[in-house]
Amino acid sequence: MILVKIIKYQLHDVMRSKWIIFYTAFYFIVIYGMLTFTNDISKVLLSLMNVVLIIIPLISTILGTIYFYNNRDYIVFMLSQPINRTTIFLGLYFGLAIPLILSFVVGVVLGIVVYSSSLQNYFGILLLIMLSGIFLTVIFTAISFWTSIKNEDRLKGFGAAIFIWLFLALLFDGILLFLIQALQDYPLETFSLVVSMLNPIDLARVLILLKFDIAALMGYTGAVFQKFFGNTTGMLISFTVLTVWAAAPLFFARKKFLKKDF
Amino acid sequence: MFALKILSFYRFALFLFLAISFSIPGFLFPKQITISPSGKIKSIKRAIEIAADNDTLLIMPGLYKEGNIRINKKLVIMGRNYPVIDGENNGEIFTVTSDSVIIKGLKIINSGLSFVEDNAGIKLEEVKNCSIINNILLNNFFAVYVAKSADCFVENNKIEAHGTRETTSGNGIHLWYCRNITIANNKISGHRDGIYFEFVESSKIYDNYSKDNIRYGLHFMFSDSCVYSNNTFENNGAGVAVMYTHNIKMLNNLFLHNWGSASYGILLKEIFDSQISNNRFLKNSSGIYLEGSNRVDVSHNDFIENGWALRLMANSMDNKFTDNNFIGNSFDVTTNSVQNFNFFDHNYWSEYNGYDLNKDRIGDVPYRPVKLFSLLVERNQPLLILHRSLFASVLDLTEKVFPILTPESLIDNHPSMKRIK
Repeated sequence: MILVKIIKYQLHDVMRSKWIIFYTAFYFIVIYGMLTFTNDISKVLLSLMNVVLIIIPLISTILGTIYFYNNRDYIVFMLSQPINRTTIFLGLYFGLAIPLILSFVVGVVLGIVVYSSSLQNYFGILLLIMLSGIFLTVIFTAISFWTSIKNEDRLKGFGAAIFIWLFLALLFDGILLFLIQALQDYPLETFSLVVSMLNPIDLARVLILLKFDIAALMGYTGAVFQKFFGNTTGMLISFTVLTVWAAAPLFFARKKFLKKDF
Repeated sequence: MFALKILSFYRFALFLFLAISFSIPGFLFPKQITISPSGKIKSIKRAIEIAADNDTLLIMPGLYKEGNIRINKKLVIMGRNYPVIDGENNGEIFTVTSDSVIIKGLKIINSGLSFVEDNAGIKLEEVKNCSIINNILLNNFFAVYVAKSADCFVENNKIEAHGTRETTSGNGIHLWYCRNITIANNKISGHRDGIYFEFVESSKIYDNYSKDNIRYGLHFMFSDSCVYSNNTFENNGAGVAVMYTHNIKMLNNLFLHNWGSASYGILLKEIFDSQISNNRFLKNSSGIYLEGSNRVDVSHNDFIENGWALRLMANSMDNKFTDNNFIGNSFDVTTNSVQNFNFFDHNYWSEYNGYDLNKDRIGDVPYRPVKLFSLLVERNQPLLILHRSLFASVLDLTEKVFPILTPESLIDNHPSMKRIK
């Protein structure tokens, strides 16, 4: 009950600040703008994918960090009350994650609805992109909470969060490229499949790309990927991995939060 | 007196002529033999036996099951309302061994599958001047098979099969050692190869529609000096493959949605001195794949939304790519070499983001169509797992600023600012 109360309060707080409106407007404008400029819906979805894969992790990381440090006084005040620490922590977390998810979904859906384009053929891909977006929001908010709790120093916390984003969005792929190049004499299909699961951004990208029929370009590797991600088990495994990706940083962040001397 | 004599001579001549023509009509006036299930002559084989050269066999509607029918006389075989000639999945149906045979308006079904014989719906064997027009060929192993023949026409046929495997399925139109054949306006689907040529010369292939074939929509080898125009090749298992041939022209064709891991708009292997112009390549995994092909002139084509527009292997030289449109392809050009012996000029690239200060509609900055990432992918395909990742874009951007690995001379010095019409 208290959890809901905290979430409600946080929601109210977040909604009152203007950035969340900008965030919603951003998605609305991106989608609506792209639909107006091109009639090719698959292109719009491809661009939306790029936005989801780069912008969502970045924004979630930055906002999560700022949010946590800004709410420090509030946290200290709440801790003086007879309330369970886990409740406070989860209240804070969902108080940010829920509005972020809502503004993403509302922005995109509004853009599509206003343009009233028929997305029926692309409904599957759109759903997958939205799901990936939601997962990435949840994951990167959790990561930013973890780094913020860990680091007393604002700047350090911020740096750590940005570094993790940079690592997962960019450096990881660089390492993957290096590995695939270095080991190209070996069969790498299963290897690259497993490695791509180690990064939520890569996993989301591969999941979406395969729906765009890109597998045909990848020859044998593509066939292996298609076979894995194409069936229910593969999808189930991928989403389980994404869930673990969301749960793990949240778990560590909570552990730290319980012990932390504010 | 003299005039009268001449007149009577002519009269006599005319009389003689008429007398001869009426007494032996078969030689001078062709006759028509009607075959129908309820008529006097019920069998096509019987009709061929009693027919003489130049006769017409008119086949009335009905179902005819006569096994292999051999046409060894110069006949016109015409069907009314598509009589059905059923091969009952056993052996060949029509075997033509005489010149100048015309087969028209028949529905020929079920020639037998065989791993030894190339059983066809209609086979032309060492003949000239034959025509196969307006027929429907359904569920045949091979549909039309032309061997060692010349000056023949295969026109307006509808050819359909429902093969599932390459080994148990034959080709739609199969030519072997032929000269000067015209293949026009046929619709071919569901065979192994839609149109297959081997050792064919100087033939014309136009207005055909080859769709949903298991392997290639069009497949030829050692077939010099042929012209392919206005054909559509759609959704074939492996697209179109052409090999070991000189002097071909491919004009105004549409290559549509040949999509799959081993599928190509056109695969060119050892093609020399040829022209590929005004074609449209739409949504193929590879638009054109060139291997060991030299002096091919590729101009005025549209490459739209293909996986790769061009895959240029290092063993291809002196090819010219001019005035083409490259729009929305995942990769415009890839090559597996750091050197380049081909020529690119005056193309439109949708990825180009240079400027045009003097407004001559030609970009002032040269365009390099080979991206670093695509070069890496060409060498090591599993890397495609990084397709559309931030890292791949950063890689391409870096290479753009410091070109080291991409072929220095593979460059379009005059990229068009506007789409070329």
